[in-house]
Amino acid sequence: MPIREYMTVRDIVGPLLLVERVQEAKYDELVEIEFPDGSVGLGNVLEVEGDKALIQSFEGTRGLDVSNTRVRFRGRGMELAVSRDILGRVFDGLGRPMDDGPEIIPDERININGSPINPFARDYPTDFIQTGMSAIDGLNPLVRGQKLPIFSGAGLPHSRLAAQIARQSTVLGAEMEFSVVFAAMGITFEDADFFMQEFRSTAAIERSVLFINLADDPAVERIATPRVALTAAEYLAFELGMQVLVILTDMTYYCEALREVSAARKEVPGRRGYPGYLYTDLATIYERAGRIKGESGSITQIPILSMPEDDKTHPIPDLTGYITEGQIILSRELHREGIYPPIDVLPSLSRLKENGIGEGKTREDHSDLSNQLFSAYARGKEAKELAVILGEAALTEEDKLYARFSDEFEDRFVRQGEFEDRTIEETLALGWELLKILPRAELKRVKKDQIEKYME
Amino acid sequence: MAEEQGKGRIIKVSGPLVVAAGLDDPRMYDLVRVGRERLMGEVIELRGDEASVQVYEETGGLGPGDPVFTTGMPLSVELGPGLIESIYDGVQRPLNLLFDKAGNYITRGMEMPGLSRDKKWEFVPIVKAGDEVVEGDILGTVQESPVLEHRIMVPAGVGGRVQDIKGGSYTVTDVIATVGEGSDAAQVTMMQKWPVRRGRPFKKKLAPYAPLTTGQRVIDTFFPVAKGGTACVPGPFGSGKTVIQHQIAKWADADVILFIGCGERGNEMTEVLIEFPELIDPHSGEPLMKRTVLIANTSNMPVAAREASVYTGITIAEYFRDMGYQVALQADSTSRWAEAMREISGRLEEMPGEEGYPAYLGTRIAAFYERAGLVQCKCSGERVGSVTVVGAVSPPGGDLSEPVTQATLRVVKVFWGLEDKLAFRRHFPAINWLISYSLYINKVSEMWAELVDPSFKELRDLAMSLLQQESELEEIVRLIGVEALSSRERLVMEGAKSVREDFLQQNAFDDVDTFTSLEKQFLLLRLIMTFYEEAGKAIAADVEIGDVLAIPECEEIAHAKFISEENLNEFDVLERKVTEAIGGLIERKAEEEAEEKVPEGA
Ligand SMILES: Nc1ncnc2c1ncn2[C@@H]1O[C@H](COP(=O)(O)OP(=O)(O)OP(=O)(O)O)[C@@H](O)[C@H]1O
Ligand SMILES: [Mg+2]
Repeated sequence: MPIREYMTVRDIVGPLLLVERVQEAKYDELVEIEFPDGSVGLGNVLEVEGDKALIQSFEGTRGLDVSNTRVRFRGRGMELAVSRDILGRVFDGLGRPMDDGPEIIPDERININGSPINPFARDYPTDFIQTGMSAIDGLNPLVRGQKLPIFSGAGLPHSRLAAQIARQSTVLGAEMEFSVVFAAMGITFEDADFFMQEFRSTAAIERSVLFINLADDPAVERIATPRVALTAAEYLAFELGMQVLVILTDMTYYCEALREVSAARKEVPGRRGYPGYLYTDLATIYERAGRIKGESGSITQIPILSMPEDDKTHPIPDLTGYITEGQIILSRELHREGIYPPIDVLPSLSRLKENGIGEGKTREDHSDLSNQLFSAYARGKEAKELAVILGEAALTEEDKLYARFSDEFEDRFVRQGEFEDRTIEETLALGWELLKILPRAELKRVKKDQIEKYME
Repeated sequence: MAEEQGKGRIIKVSGPLVVAAGLDDPRMYDLVRVGRERLMGEVIELRGDEASVQVYEETGGLGPGDPVFTTGMPLSVELGPGLIESIYDGVQRPLNLLFDKAGNYITRGMEMPGLSRDKKWEFVPIVKAGDEVVEGDILGTVQESPVLEHRIMVPAGVGGRVQDIKGGSYTVTDVIATVGEGSDAAQVTMMQKWPVRRGRPFKKKLAPYAPLTTGQRVIDTFFPVAKGGTACVPGPFGSGKTVIQHQIAKWADADVILFIGCGERGNEMTEVLIEFPELIDPHSGEPLMKRTVLIANTSNMPVAAREASVYTGITIAEYFRDMGYQVALQADSTSRWAEAMREISGRLEEMPGEEGYPAYLGTRIAAFYERAGLVQCKCSGERVGSVTVVGAVSPPGGDLSEPVTQATLRVVKVFWGLEDKLAFRRHFPAINWLISYSLYINKVSEMWAELVDPSFKELRDLAMSLLQQESELEEIVRLIGVEALSSRERLVMEGAKSVREDFLQQNAFDDVDTFTSLEKQFLLLRLIMTFYEEAGKAIAADVEIGDVLAIPECEEIAHAKFISEENLNEFDVLERKVTEAIGGLIERKAEEEAEEKVPEGA
């Protein structure tokens, strides 16, 4: 289809443009918007009705006017040019190179929306990824092809945690190396720079692709960024057969951009002003993780989001939790106590853990041991709460032991160094060691023969 | 496929909603084909010359001027041999065949019939030429899977004398019988079509009474659902809705399972696809997949097809019900279905009700659950079948006051309330025993007397009351500490703890624990309550509670859930040991007291 150019912008509202007297505009079509100063931005069609097209401008609308703005319809959706050469490169939030490297000579151009993976084509994630962090490997293990977000808050060390995961992750037994696709949405230069330095210093940069939309970049551009990044990830994983770890940070800013567009369209809002389709929209991002039958590559996703007011029931973490396969939740309390990583293990969850651990994968006692640690730690935290109200003296002997267990568990099991890489054996041994604090009869979740084997 | 009739043109595209003008006589809920790729859609609103269409596939690239065709047919499912073991999307396209044809990703514009046209089935007639039949009568059977005999029924609107019927190997479109005379004579095939939004007819609804045994202790013993009944499982994310639904799909004593993955994760469907062919049904000894139909319209698949998926699922369920089967349907999650309705309603610019949901949300939910039931099937003889519906609900933030949960609670008879606090403690299934209920408990427990033991209900009520007392006592402990409790009260706490940990908690991923027969549930509960009663006697006799809890049998009670179904006699042995051990404590105490008294008297 030829490029059609129009100068018939009627309205400009927030990030939206209404263009009139357009012929053959298509839903979700890519458009170029030529600003009066000659610069060119991108947008896409949100709605067409008769000869009117509603367009969202990824670059914002500052400086646009109705009389001099040119809009060009490109006759196709938004695409990313891919080839093996994207590795080691840094792109902007729409996938345009922003380092000093050359233009990408594409092998392929791929629509950034992707297509849903046929559930029948999926292969179930079953390979344990050793991240070297006890609170994850021991209790909420990550599995190759999983989507496991980090729920964090302002000022918490989620970036360091994500970087440590990226640095240390290995698929046990297979010694596969991960490539990293990193997408920044609305984060500060400093935060983005932290990751870039990290990838450079570990030489992971050659296996990485970075897409950067910073806090002062156009907000609407963020709507495209995760899709662009996942398109690159799918190419690397399912065409080049690589193991890809995708870090998306910060999904909260992504959702806010979506809300901005929705508000400008005057849509009926769902909870807290976020659009009613936020669940479906997020699903089209998060579900682009996984494994596919007969393909050697995989996409493992670690989205990061900061919970507004540390509130887990806020729509963004809430809807994310409903889509992802568990969540790692960071605790401000542990962070204040100086514990790194401040992982709140009780509300954290890895739903794929049962398939990734056990005999032949990690060790046969892994599942029972983790259940035992969970329930003991939960009981210990309850005892400690009781002690706060009634005083230490009001606790039964048993409860006192549980309280001690929970302290030591946080101090020795959860806490570890930023560059400390524990093997799964070390993690499990530490767990058994801690259980010695408790009376034998209390260990109902582990089997007798396991106690004999690992505790004596 | 139906022939296209009138052709119209798109005038508007907004996400999954397309407005077309100039269609020739469009009717509500008719299927249409949209655009050059002929995407599937359904008419959901008519205004003058304009028809609003929800499109079951991605609409990117569509625009004004593109053609739209009517088919003159409502959105329907194909019913006949070939349903079992299938995995369909929300509009009954077989995902395995889509995969064969299009590869890893779901691409657009793929037409795909729900039932294979090539596969031949061995049809065995059970009526003969000359017999009189009416709608719903069984003409013959096909052994569709080792456990499922597919009963070929006289389709709607057909009846009379059987002119001709022949056994043999046929496809679903071959004529197997001619029924009726003259101009009313109908050529009957093994396939019927039925519009998904209309419930299939039956003679009469009956009150559900028999338990749907799921092998899940907290459900079967405490909050049972009846065959033909309705239940809902609301809970925040990660609280265990899907695991419960999967457990029911695996272990329920139903003839046919319909699992609808409605707007949830792709991997969860993959898990079913990988596990079910391997797992053996304890009732039939055959792989679970041999009685299962899957509908998978995951969260990233088109939202309009998600809206249709629950109707596609329940229509198939009703079809098996009409054959006289007990069908159990799980919908995970009905909230995603409601959200799909909300999205479409928003695009139609309808006046929103609560939280943006359409005003008809409550009506639609009620009408859906109303399609469950125990019924006398439509036929000349007596035949009874049932559809049990269990819907997951995903309330935002776990807040049960939201519209979907509230609308659901108004119609369903069983409520399994999941709680994240229990899940954090890894108490699974995380069903809160204090807020959950079953309105079938009285009916169903009458059957227990027959199936298991007359004292089952009494035991269950006693255990329930322990749990209730525990929550009251916990309040006291929280305020003044455990010292404030009498030994009797401490025993109540211990008894309740044992009910919680040794009975209610059930690990879905443990080979033995994953399924518990009704009989074993009874024995396990009796064991726990025997301990409680005997311990009560000991305390009345002044034995220290600490000594009672220290008997080694306590640890055995904690592991009793792992006693396998083959060794149920171990329960009797253990129960005797408990009685003896505590009896021993009482005797010793009496001796001690007697000894203490002796010097005084001497
Ligand atoms: N009966 C059980 N036994 C053992 N583990 C369980 C059980 N039920 C739930 N779990 C654990 O809880 C996790 C979450 O359960 P599930 O996926 O069913 O939650 P959900 O309520 O469906 O969440 P969502 O709404 O996000 O889909 C499981 O992955 C499993 O680890
Ligand atoms: Mg679920």
